[in-house]
Amino acid sequence: MSLPVRITALLVAFAAVVVGAAFIVVHYILANPPTVTFNASGGVTNVMLQEDPQNDSASKPDWVSYFVQDPNTKKWEHTTLFSVPAGTTVHVTILGYDGCTPPRNNFWSLVQGTTGGTVNLSIVNAKGVATPTRRVSVINGWAGCTVGHTFAIPALHVFVPVASPNALDSANSLCGESPCTSGPHAVESFSFKAPAHAGTFRWQCFVPCGGGFLDGNGGPMQTLGYMMGNMEVRA
Amino acid sequence: MATPEAPAASARTDRNHGMRIFLIWLPLAVIADILIWFVWKPHMPPGTMTESAEHQQFDIAVMAMAGAPVLLFVWVYAGYALVTWRQRAGDETDGPPIHGNARIQATWIGATSVIVLGLFVFGTVELIAPAGAGAGEGPAPIWQPNTSHRLVVQVIGQQWAFTYRFPQFGGMESSELLLPANSTVEFHVTSLDVIHSFWAYQLGVKADANPGVDNIAYTTTKDQLGSFTVRCNELCGLWHGAMFNTGFIVPPRTFQAWARGVQLKEARNGILHILPPYAPSYDPTVVPQLGASIVKIDAITGAAGYYYPPQDPVTP
Repeated sequence: MSLPVRITALLVAFAAVVVGAAFIVVHYILANPPTVTFNASGGVTNVMLQEDPQNDSASKPDWVSYFVQDPNTKKWEHTTLFSVPAGTTVHVTILGYDGCTPPRNNFWSLVQGTTGGTVNLSIVNAKGVATPTRRVSVINGWAGCTVGHTFAIPALHVFVPVASPNALDSANSLCGESPCTSGPHAVESFSFKAPAHAGTFRWQCFVPCGGGFLDGNGGPMQTLGYMMGNMEVRA
Repeated sequence: MATPEAPAASARTDRNHGMRIFLIWLPLAVIADILIWFVWKPHMPPGTMTESAEHQQFDIAVMAMAGAPVLLFVWVYAGYALVTWRQRAGDETDGPPIHGNARIQATWIGATSVIVLGLFVFGTVELIAPAGAGAGEGPAPIWQPNTSHRLVVQVIGQQWAFTYRFPQFGGMESSELLLPANSTVEFHVTSLDVIHSFWAYQLGVKADANPGVDNIAYTTTKDQLGSFTVRCNELCGLWHGAMFNTGFIVPPRTFQAWARGVQLKEARNGILHILPPYAPSYDPTVVPQLGASIVKIDAITGAAGYYYPPQDPVTP
């Protein structure tokens, strides 16, 4: 093999390695779900979330997952990243389509850090009939089939149990296609004050969830875009 | 060629060198130790918020005071040798042959033995004083505080937060940690999932949080009020780095008011009644109120029954 051919082969091989490494970095390491931007109106930022028993991804379709509704397009984005303006009242509505799981620590049944220490809760059954909205401070996850997950921002001391459909509906009628548009679910809303300064605030679930991870948080519980995410506060 | 010297003259010269080195080293070592004790020690970690923290600060200062003279001796000797025994211009003679010096060897072995054995004894004693030195001693601690008046605080680790239970206040639980000044605290550290570690940095307290284990650690707060940092010190998952919070040492009256207030509030909103009875540790796979294992609860499965189906390799 002549010298030019050998040099060319070496350069091509080197370029292939560089391109491959760059693809891995960009596609897998730096890739994040999209961030949904919410703006305030009258000092209030309305955030709409839903948690589903499955998701619309190709790689992990059976992972439980949150979705965030884009306020402009009303489209449900498969992400857990959203941003809100600093200093506003963040009003969160969560549609809990996933079934129930007892919290590992029933202390997380207590609503903490929301305005008034309460949430507004209504349950929609499989027939589409909704219970009257109640204001509650505790959703006892050990009393039966009541809690699906928690929504917690530890740095802001916000801990909210997210209710689930009842036992019968959890076992038989959960929404089977994400993002969910029908099926039994909980409608839960609450408010808290966004910090006055910019920053990134992690949010997560404290109920053990994620198939096969009984001994700890695994799978969706520690994957961005599924059951944990970031709330970006903009200055 | 080296010129042999008379033995008496050589010994006198060695003594002179030794004395000179000693006289240079001694004031430097004294000054260094004085600076360490009076200037550096008050700023050494972990501070003086508790007796265990103060002991740890004392230990670090003593270690530094023992180490500084040794370090200075090496530096002084090296500097003296470079200046005194350097090769002068035009001097191509060999150094004097040395065949051992029993006095120097004995001094060296004796001094280093005293230092090492002294630190060994000191370190061993300080590992357990006072009352376990703020470290987790397991479920049956050997070294305990002298007083029976102890505030019991259970530390519960869970990915990724610590919560605290106070059995002397009705078993109330809080995600905040307040401690009274001038009080002996008995920490019971456990976990509900993976291995964590409760590290209250400024308190000088560190104890592993293992699921199913009651790891006990003691400390006694002093009259210094203020905040302290609690961190997980065992890699426990993706958000291990975010598993921290801030605790406070407050006046005893403030603590009593806070603890009674939380207890009252939790009794009123009902959370106190739905917490499991206080226990040294909790089985994270069992819900006591339901009397059943999480993996075996019918109709409580989540995610369309996917979470814990019988074929999942997670049955405890």
